[in-house]
Amino acid sequence: MLKTIRIALWIAVAVSLVVVGVLFWRADRQEQAVAFRPEFSLPDEAGTIRTSEEFRGKHVLVFFGFTNCPDICPTTMSEVAQVMDDLGPEAEDVQPVFISVDPVRDRESGLDEYLAAFHPAILGLAGDEAQTRAAVESFKVFADPEKAASAPGGYTMSHSSSLYLIGPQGDWLRQFEYGTSADDITADLKERL
Amino acid sequence: MMKPLIAGLGLATLLPALALADCAKVSQGDLSVSAAWSRATIGTARPAVFYVTIQNTGSTDDRLTGIETPVAGMPMLHETVMTEGVASMPHAAAIDIPAGETISLAPGGFHGMLMDLEAELKEGESFPMTLQFEKAGKVSIDTEILPIRAREAACGVAP
Ligand SMILES: [Cu+2]
Repeated sequence: MLKTIRIALWIAVAVSLVVVGVLFWRADRQEQAVAFRPEFSLPDEAGTIRTSEEFRGKHVLVFFGFTNCPDICPTTMSEVAQVMDDLGPEAEDVQPVFISVDPVRDRESGLDEYLAAFHPAILGLAGDEAQTRAAVESFKVFADPEKAASAPGGYTMSHSSSLYLIGPQGDWLRQFEYGTSADDITADLKERL
Repeated sequence: MMKPLIAGLGLATLLPALALADCAKVSQGDLSVSAAWSRATIGTARPAVFYVTIQNTGSTDDRLTGIETPVAGMPMLHETVMTEGVASMPHAAAIDIPAGETISLAPGGFHGMLMDLEAELKEGESFPMTLQFEKAGKVSIDTEILPIRAREAACGVAP
């Protein structure tokens, strides 16, 4: 009889240890999930400040680029446009955002008209140097002007070329490296929506 | 019911074939140049792009050393280079076209960068491009202007 009670107690201890372990593990995971919430606060072409908080509840696809880039940037915007078309009605829950890393030049040449040529849903943001730097740093990406005689105006930008996916709570979900096909991005989003 | 379906299927297989047939190809010596395309631009402020496929059927290597076109005052060969996810696009002095190989100037790699545009590139129109090769000399090809959203040549990558 006593032996049975002892065994039962030991089982209770083991079970509670496992429960506590699982609770710790889950808390840790949740903490990790909320640990990275990249943010931006930048003006659109009309001059209105748009922030990452504004898009809570939506999945946000963020790209850093510049419109004087004729290769990588239009290619990626084309994929994004294709994704928005292929999502159908679910596209309402996805906001593509283009953050200019060459804001002065992009504002001059007209960011909205350029992006609308790919897809009207793409939001273009071009801030001042401090706002741009803050967004770049918050996303932990890279963007720097490079002197180049082989580029218009004597400089070009080297910049991170991935698409970043931010979840409805503002948490960083994943990146799509340059060259990820529209089909793959659409399939990934459809699973989440 | 079946007839329109069959007609539709016929069209579906015929259309890409027609588009492929549309793809201009220019041969000179051992080189054959095809699938030249560009993206439409908005105005002339931003540089345009030039993509093309070059096949070397011979047994000697050649090199593409430059491009020239009336639509741009400063055309140049560039290469998009990806280093740990960061893209930059340095000038490419020349692009090797090894014997027996097909080299493409394509999104994410080599491209012609057309700066100082003389005129807006309008979708559906075309412009001439002259490629300068070290051995084969000059080869001119008509370049199709595709929509700004285009992701590849209308005729696909030439074989
Ligand atoms: Cu370039």
